[in-house]
Amino acid sequence: MESVGEVEAAADRLATEAGLDEDSRFHVAMAVHEAAINAVLHGNDYNPALHIDVSMENTGKNLIFVIADQGHGFDPDHLPDPTAPENLKRGSGRGIFLIRSLMDEVHFRQLHPGTELTLIKHLAPASETKPHDGGGG
Amino acid sequence: MALAIASREVDGVTVLDLSGRITLGEGSVQLRDSIRDLIGKGQRRILLDLGEVNYIDSSGLGELVSAYTSAKNQSATLKLLKLTKKVHDLLQLTKLYTVFDIYDDEASAIASFK
Repeated sequence: MESVGEVEAAADRLATEAGLDEDSRFHVAMAVHEAAINAVLHGNDYNPALHIDVSMENTGKNLIFVIADQGHGFDPDHLPDPTAPENLKRGSGRGIFLIRSLMDEVHFRQLHPGTELTLIKHLAPASETKPHDGGGG
Repeated sequence: MALAIASREVDGVTVLDLSGRITLGEGSVQLRDSIRDLIGKGQRRILLDLGEVNYIDSSGLGELVSAYTSAKNQSATLKLLKLTKKVHDLLQLTKLYTVFDIYDDEASAIASFK
């Protein structure tokens, strides 16, 4: 689990360096945290012989996080909705939902073996973050 | 920062003051054990003060729900107090806000158990 903490911290640093506000930084760090935990716990069944691969990139337009495990894979399109009334009081099953809710794009790719998650947070264009100078003269 | 749990009694209600993170491998097990112990000792009114909880992940959310359900199944009542914005937003997002009784001030929370 130490690796999850390291991954989350690295994601938070990247988000901070990209100039995201506090809420967005939290969303990124949490989504990456959930993805890393999923990879370790569910993807690799907490098998210490297996590892997860993580990459992070600021493209200027997006923050892109890729997390891959070496497990059996799963079908992301057939997960129960944790917000449905019949699932609301379940003790688990919210990880993928949170990832999808907190990031702008989430993509799954089956690696056979393993699953790769790509999480993307859009960065605001520079023109939206800088205030306009008032016209003078 | 791991989870710190302090316990106190107010008008027959056990208040657990939580501080830190409730996540898999960190606070979620501590929280589960603390609540289980309380209920095992016959405590039936439990208030979780989350005012100093700055981070909760899906496992932590699951532990809160499980604690609520476990308490209810054993005729105990568990309520939440002083959610930070982050925790509040997550409970809203996951619709868990509809499951719990949540209070902003302790006096109102304690009174609600009567």
